Amino acid sequence: MDKMPKWADVVLIPLISLILAALLSALVILGIGEDPMAAVKLMVNGALGSTYGWGYTLYYATNFMFTGLAVAVAAHAGLFNIGGEGQAMLGGLGVALVCLLIPWPHWTLALAVAALGAGIFGAAWAAIPAYLQAKRGSHIVITTIMFNFIAAAVLNYVLVNVLRPEGSMDPATERFPEAVHLPSLHELLAPIGINFSKSAPANVSLLVAMGACLFVWLLIWRTPLGYEIRSLGKSEPGARYAGISSVRIIMIAMLISGALAGMMAVNNVMGEAERLVLNATEGAGFIGIAVALMGRNHPFGVFLAAILFGFLYQGGAELALWTSIPRELIVVIQALVILFTGALDNMVRMPLEKIFLAVRRGQN
Amino acid sequence: MEFLTIIQILDSTVRLATPLLLACLAGLYSERAGIFDIGLEGKMLMAAFFSAAVAAVTGNVWLGLLAGIASSLVLAGLHGVASITFRGNQLISGVAINFLAAGMTVLIAQDWFQQGGRTPSLFSGGRFTPITLPFADSLSGVPVLGPVYSELLSGHSVLVYIAFLAVPATWWILFRTRFGLRLRAVGENPAAVDTAGVSVVGLRYGAVMICGLLCGIAGAYLATALQAGFVKDMTAGRGFIALAALIFAKWRPWHAMGACLLFGLLQAIALRFQNIELGGIVIPVQAMDALPYVLTVVILAGFVGKAIPPRAGGQPYVKER
Repeated sequence: MDKMPKWADVVLIPLISLILAALLSALVILGIGEDPMAAVKLMVNGALGSTYGWGYTLYYATNFMFTGLAVAVAAHAGLFNIGGEGQAMLGGLGVALVCLLIPWPHWTLALAVAALGAGIFGAAWAAIPAYLQAKRGSHIVITTIMFNFIAAAVLNYVLVNVLRPEGSMDPATERFPEAVHLPSLHELLAPIGINFSKSAPANVSLLVAMGACLFVWLLIWRTPLGYEIRSLGKSEPGARYAGISSVRIIMIAMLISGALAGMMAVNNVMGEAERLVLNATEGAGFIGIAVALMGRNHPFGVFLAAILFGFLYQGGAELALWTSIPRELIVVIQALVILFTGALDNMVRMPLEKIFLAVRRGQN
Repeated sequence: MEFLTIIQILDSTVRLATPLLLACLAGLYSERAGIFDIGLEGKMLMAAFFSAAVAAVTGNVWLGLLAGIASSLVLAGLHGVASITFRGNQLISGVAINFLAAGMTVLIAQDWFQQGGRTPSLFSGGRFTPITLPFADSLSGVPVLGPVYSELLSGHSVLVYIAFLAVPATWWILFRTRFGLRLRAVGENPAAVDTAGVSVVGLRYGAVMICGLLCGIAGAYLATALQAGFVKDMTAGRGFIALAALIFAKWRPWHAMGACLLFGLLQAIALRFQNIELGGIVIPVQAMDALPYVLTVVILAGFVGKAIPPRAGGQPYVKER
């Protein structure tokens, strides 16, 4: 028998953790001599008060959906993929190569192949840690951390020595051709009479990300493969006894995870920057950890948590613009969310379980 | 290459290996006791900021060192509460600590000093100054051994010598004392330690706190000895290189020193030369940057001797009820 009803596990615990993180963040803002209520107002206005704000919120959310799903898929197989950052960097390389090397007639074709390229590059970057975990038992957390740093070095080398246009000092590729420009939400929504902000970076990749959420939901809960992934995550000996090959599932789960992280590049490289720059990922790979924890590894949860973090990111940028609160406040909030929803989960869970048990005993 | 150039590179190797070594030994205590710690980076960063901040305000580097250690201990305590008391995921706790440090240091630095997330530059008194070993000046004329003594061994700050003395001390504590035996046992088989009537929780907290202490010294070294003040994200991945060195050394103190010196040498070479030509092939500087991580993956893969972590590492201990 479960100690708690399911709704408490899915809704109540993340909510309490979030409130705790928010309270501590408010204390931090107080501590540096600013008014937390004014800060929240500014963040809500800046991130949700206009279509411009929404455009940025949704742009960030698109990134976080991809990286959050990447962490979630690996987590279902019992693996902690901390390498989303590196996989997304390599995904950017895949997108850049697809966009620069092939003359595209139309953005739809380019988007499909770029997403494929990003996925393949991201998956390839996850493949080596996955193989080492599956075959040699090398701890995937350590190897994926190492691969983040190796990815940064590889990207640095490629941008400085290979893809940098002649005569440019900036370590970045040249601009992608006009034909691969992805329509922004402004261009998508204008025909149906909605006037969305022109300068916001949210673009059609948002729909790709939402499609990815649906895909992951189908994969995890509606396919035999998803069942095998979850079985392995719950109990490796149990899965092996049921005839599930752990090597195969670890490889598949990590390849899907890496591909999802890599596909983030469709949004930030192809949709926003329209060229590949150094540090294009801006830490989104790590925010995926917080998003997946917050969303309880469920695609719909990831979707909501990604929008929440998109709001925090855009709101934080507005704070940095209008007050003396630096942008790093968001990093602190992110840390607190990871801490409370991840590491200190039991701190919230244990007292709640006691309360529910006491209530149930009272009823009987 | 000239002899003096080699001495200079080795000298900067020692300087750059010191923070790695301190953080690596810190991780050694924690992981030998069965608590994974990927938050070395965050603890170093926090200590770097508070040591520089307090040293800048008071002008006393020793107070700075104490403040750095204290701040690192707070984060270590947090890691302990999350991973020992509440039996949370140690890796996730480490990730959280890294972000907490990255954010808080800039936030507080901006609030206190308004210099864009850095502390004011430290002047004499606020920094650890080089110590000249006895006879270093008079012996520098002796061929070969003279420069080795006066340039390479002499002229480092006190924290460098502490770091290198910590290696035999760690070896002795881990392998020659009762505490060390129990600490290693709690990382391999906590249930056995518990059966023997020794507190698993107490031992693990002890190890995590030693880890915090050493990370604190490492951070203070970065901000008050290697450089003169704190800048945003100044640890620059050193905590992860230390983690790599720890695996490379297979969780052994003397090997940890070897690994940290090797990785320090790579950093020193990358700092001095941009691209290296070896027999007509140019090795790009990025390859030098990536080498510690690549080596670690190779070691982890077990192609060159297998790295086996402490058996109970990463698992919270639940006492039988």
